Amino acid sequence: MSETKKVQPLTKRDIINTYFRSTFMLGSFNFERMQAIGVAVTMIPAIKRFYHRKEDQAAALKRHLEFFNTTPWPASAIFGVTAAMEQKKAENGEIDEAAITNVKIGLMGPLAGIGDPIYWGTARPILAALGASLALSGSILGPLLFFFGINIIRMLTRWYGFKVGYSQGTDIVQDVAGNRLKKLTQMASVLGLFVMGSLVSKWTSIKMPFVLVSYEQAGKTVNTTLQMILDQLLPGLVALLMTFACMWLLKRKVNAIWIIFGMFAIGILGYWAGIFGL
Amino acid sequence: MNAMQFILVILVALVCGMASVLDERQFHRPLVACTLIGLVLGDLHTGIILGGQLELIALGWMNVGAAMAPDSALASTISAIIVIVGHQSIGEGIAIAIPLAAAGQVLTIFVRTITVFFQHQADHFAANANFRGVEWCHIGGLLLQGLRVAIPTGAVAAIAGTSLVSQWLDAIPPVITHGLQVSGGFIVVVGYAMVINMMKARALMPFFFIGFTLATFMSGINLVGLGILGACAAVVYVQLNPDFHDAIKAPTAATNVGSDDDDVLG
Repeated sequence: MSETKKVQPLTKRDIINTYFRSTFMLGSFNFERMQAIGVAVTMIPAIKRFYHRKEDQAAALKRHLEFFNTTPWPASAIFGVTAAMEQKKAENGEIDEAAITNVKIGLMGPLAGIGDPIYWGTARPILAALGASLALSGSILGPLLFFFGINIIRMLTRWYGFKVGYSQGTDIVQDVAGNRLKKLTQMASVLGLFVMGSLVSKWTSIKMPFVLVSYEQAGKTVNTTLQMILDQLLPGLVALLMTFACMWLLKRKVNAIWIIFGMFAIGILGYWAGIFGL
Repeated sequence: MNAMQFILVILVALVCGMASVLDERQFHRPLVACTLIGLVLGDLHTGIILGGQLELIALGWMNVGAAMAPDSALASTISAIIVIVGHQSIGEGIAIAIPLAAAGQVLTIFVRTITVFFQHQADHFAANANFRGVEWCHIGGLLLQGLRVAIPTGAVAAIAGTSLVSQWLDAIPPVITHGLQVSGGFIVVVGYAMVINMMKARALMPFFFIGFTLATFMSGINLVGLGILGACAAVVYVQLNPDFHDAIKAPTAATNVGSDDDDVLG
């Protein structure tokens, strides 16, 4: 079928419907095909709009039930591109199934490479840290700042991600590979690492009242504790070393929860031995 | 806790459980989940403070790729109930939150395995172009994730007001509870390490050390100040980076298109 058919593009309602569905894309995350059902459910308004024969609809559903996994929020850009390709396929059938799948799979990795540092590495930890620091004094501003801040970022990402993806189609592949997004990722990484570094120092509390040396001076006992020695060297050194130890363990695929339990063991044993104090 | 509060607690837990798999609206983060439980139980203040403390610990917990983070949803709901209804200290709440996060992780792994069954059902419906069927498979998986948190939370809420909980907690020797509080001071580094590893940017590590050193020696600077400094460093770094200036770049330098391995600068 090479003749061109008139296919109605997505209406505003379809786009809103797709957006709403995309916010639930991880609902049925499973270990076999991960986000697959969520992708199919998100694409349903587009499939219904572009295809009217039952076998075409079934084929479209089937190709969107294949393995998919990326950073959820910017994934909307992939949905936009995919919708644009589905529309072209419905129009003249020149795009084959494999092309749609390949673009989807091809964008997944690079997008996660951009999305993970920006959203999970920078935006969320920074807003959460800011919110938590306000919440510690019992201020409702803390949770509100975090909740609204992160959700505005999320909604803008999803809404404009889809719109740009849909209007640009496969041209967006240039964008993902290009300098602009790479710049943004690098900026997010610099900011994220900078803040992580400052948090290691600011938001850990390790007290080591273990007495190393004790002597009498003018009738008073003077204690030199482990803490005093370490603070002279570099305050926060222990937290820094612990961070590197965790990074090393995580790189060796040790589950985070085991590291956390290990930390508990260190805390309890250290407190029992008198090395750590409250 | 009256019947109305009990129902609301379960509803909040259901929403948090669903949010923990969606990772969308962030209801599963301690800062939001503990605040909501506090609101429902009539002690907003305690909920916010506990949420803030737990958020600090869970700061870097995230689902990246197929790897799963400790579960902050179950940890937040149950520890908030124990602290508010069971009249325990915030420190106690944090100490029990961590084993709960581990339990929640095991439960979500369980549900994500069961959902493979829904995946195959969806294939079946797709073959007949049955849109409704595919949608229900999706909703089914989501509901299971909600129940995964709602059921244990409901069970704890049912007994939290009784002396049973405080008896159990009192039975823990003080060396354990104090030790747990000690580790609460540094357990957050696990999350920081997760974030740093995820960035995959060894070449940018100097910025980590700059942040560390500034925060250590500039007393009085707060997070907003550090954030501004970090943002400035980010802008200046990108402006000066030759990678982003085509004119300066050697013509033979191949662009590192779309590679997601270690870093693009090294």
